[in-house]
This record gives sequence, C-alpha cells and structure tokens, in this order.
Amino acid sequence: MARAPVVPILAIWLSLLLALCLQVMPLADGWQVYRPEWLGLMLIYWCMRAPDRVGVFHGFVLGILMDLIEGTALGQHALIYSLLAFLCALVYPRFRAYSLVQQSALVLVLLGLVQLVAQWLRTIVGDFSIHLAFLIPSLISAFLWPWLSTMFQAFERRLAAS
Amino acid sequence: MPIKPLFSHGPLPGYRLFFCVLAASALMFVDQRFTRMEQVRAQLSTVVAPVQWVVSVPSDLLNWGSLALSDQQALVDENRRLREQILTLSHRGQRMANLTAENSELRELLRAAERRDIPYITAELLSLDNDPFSHQMVVNRGHRNGAYVGQPVIDASGLVGQITAVSAYSSRVLLLADASHALPVQLNRNGLRFIVQGAGRYSSVNVMHVPDTADIREGDLLTTSGLAGRFPPGYPVARVTEVFHDPGQPFARVTAEPMAQLQRSRHFLLLFPPPRVEVEQHAWDETLNISAEALRSSLRLANPDQEVP
Repeated sequence: MARAPVVPILAIWLSLLLALCLQVMPLADGWQVYRPEWLGLMLIYWCMRAPDRVGVFHGFVLGILMDLIEGTALGQHALIYSLLAFLCALVYPRFRAYSLVQQSALVLVLLGLVQLVAQWLRTIVGDFSIHLAFLIPSLISAFLWPWLSTMFQAFERRLAAS
Repeated sequence: MPIKPLFSHGPLPGYRLFFCVLAASALMFVDQRFTRMEQVRAQLSTVVAPVQWVVSVPSDLLNWGSLALSDQQALVDENRRLREQILTLSHRGQRMANLTAENSELRELLRAAERRDIPYITAELLSLDNDPFSHQMVVNRGHRNGAYVGQPVIDASGLVGQITAVSAYSSRVLLLADASHALPVQLNRNGLRFIVQGAGRYSSVNVMHVPDTADIREGDLLTTSGLAGRFPPGYPVARVTEVFHDPGQPFARVTAEPMAQLQRSRHFLLLFPPPRVEVEQHAWDETLNISAEALRSSLRLANPDQEVP
C-alpha cells in the first residue's frame, strides 16, 4: 500500500501563515464581504490531511494571532478556529472517502457553522446587527475548495519527489 | 486476531476543545473587563508585526509604482492643483487670524471664558480593519508619541473618531461610523443637543431620540458639543441628510452623513484637548446657599413691610 508522503511541519506552518496573510490582506471596501475564508480553508485542509499532527491547538494559536492583528476581543477567533479544527477531527474519516464535490459541500457546512458561531460571539462582545451576508465567505470558500485541495496535493507530491 | 481499523483513532479531541474554549472564553472575559490587558496586548502585538508588515508590502509597492510610473503631465496637474489649494487656504488663514483677534477682543468685552488653541500631532493611516462588520483603523502614532486611549481624531474636514487601543508605535481608532460608537452633538444652527450613533456604514450615521417637534432640517450641520468631556466642542461631525417623521414612532428618524472623509483620508490629527475642569459637589451647595440668600433679600425688597422667615 502506497503511504502518503509525510509533509514537514515547517511546510504546514508556512502555508498556514500564508493563509493568515491572505486573510488579513487589505481589500477595497465593498469587497471585504467576498473574501474567501483562507485561514479556515487551510486549516480544514491540514486537519483532513494530517489529523494526527494538526488539531485544535493549531486552530487556537492561529486564532490568537488573528485576534491580535484584527484587534477583536482576544480569544474570539481562537474559539472559532479551535471549534473548526474539532469539527474536522470529528468528520475526517468520512471526509476522506468523499468526492471533491461532496467535500466542498461539507466544507460549506463546516465553515457556515463556524461563521454562525462567530456572529453569535460578535453580538455577545459588542453592538452588532446580524445579517445573512456572513454566509458569502463560506460559499466562496466551498467553491474554491476543489482547486485548493488538488493544488496542495500536487505540491505535496512534488515535495515528496524532490 | 483483531482487525486493524482502517482509520486510526486517537483520543477524541474533545478534551482539547474543552480546554481551548475555556481558555478563549477566559481571555475574552479578561480582555473585555480589565484595562491591564491593554499592556499585555500591546506586548503581544509585536509578535504579529511581521505579518502586518508583509501584508502592507503590496499596497506600498503599488503606491510607489504608481508614483514612479505616473507621467509628467499628471504630476504637473497635481502640482498646480496643490498650489491653488495653498492659495485658497492661505487666504482663509489670513482672514482666520483677523477673526481670531476680533473674537478674543469680543470675548474680553463680554468677559466670556477664553477659548484656547488645542495642541495636536499628525498621524498617518497604517491599515484599515478588514472586518466588514466593524469600522476601525490603525494609525502610526503610539504612546511613545503621546497618544492615549480616548483621544479624539479629526481629519481635514471633520471628526473621525477616537482612539481605543494604544501600542508603542501605533494605535487603533474607532470610527464614528461604527455601530458601537456614539457621541454628543449640537446643531450648529440653533444649538439643539442630540446623540449621534454610528450605523455600521461609512456613509451615514443616526441621530438618536429626536422629538417630532424638534427644529432639525436637511442640510443642518452637527458639531461636537463637548458635553461628554471627551471631544472638544465645535468640530464638525455630520450633515443631516434625511428627516423622516413616522406617526407610529415616538421619535423622528434622522440620518446624517459624516463630514470627515472616512474612506478617503490618509492623514489625521490627534487632538490634545485641555483637561476637563471637574466641578466639585460642594460648589453646587455653595451656589444654592447664595441663591437662598438672594431669594430672601429679593423677597424683602419686594414687600418691605412683611417679615420674611
């Protein structure tokens, strides 16, 4: 049986930090609602790909970094991303057996759930009106999932070959 | 021999999640309630400074590139426009000096309280908040430059907001368009006082609790009233765009447009308003005593033949 190549932990962290940079990249004002959930996508990818090495704590640390950059209450994003990693750890055996389209549907569900929790947290922490626009990033992320996952699989293969 | 499971299950990460959720909630609680956390935050923020720098590189490059590649004609045009602006502003500045002198003279005649110039420092935009649901920005002045939490921020055309967090060399500004920001204002035309609250959009803010009979019209200028002691009085805040009287509602719905160019400005002023004069409680009592005396003597004057208790 061909074993999947082991990805160095450095590559995982580099890709996660890259996703963090993309997540906080400044965008034109009207476009911010359409930003894909880069960090969430990357975290899902690594949680599914290497569930024994990437888990809840990774989500926690990345969330704290995100909170520091964005100036939200410390721990808000940390809670969200650790929840996301936990959900991934629950469903990963099923997730691996799915086709790409089914996978992206599940990504939509996961990210949508997490975004909903994020909105709740926002309403608890400060004055904030909830509206359905918060689902747009998860929709776009689910749409991007097949490309992202095939691209990273190709990267991994190349990394293993070299 | 037991069958080897296809997927190896470690311990379910529920414990870890429990721990992380607990830690995150504790952090959020502490961050919201205790001011001590601001220093911790300022220290921790240096960890993410490289990420912030990396993120700002593309826009800096783009700015530099557009400057380097802009043709001479555009530069000449800009130069001419700036010269015209300088001329207009210096003209206004000359009249301003004249008016200031006149104003201080009149105030002296009336024995009114003196108005002092408010010292300021300039600041430049570092980054805008990329959360579409909140309106904040980061400017390049921190507590090393004298910035403090609660400091008012203005731009060339009006009030922008106030500082909510300060680190060593940068600070976070809450814009007045944010839904969690409110400030006391005054109508420039007749001095009526209201509260302006952000609506979560850059282009409009709400004027709260306006009675249906209040004299407020479209085009009225709202300025800071200085009543809360945080913003100095007299800075333009917003211009009323719509006054809508709904018979079913207790108050009129009034929206206004912020005067400051919240989405376009890059340069700001951080003001240092003079410290607020605290009125002591016993000062009120003294004035009450005096007024009682005055009342008694006026009564005595009004009917001198009667004995006043």
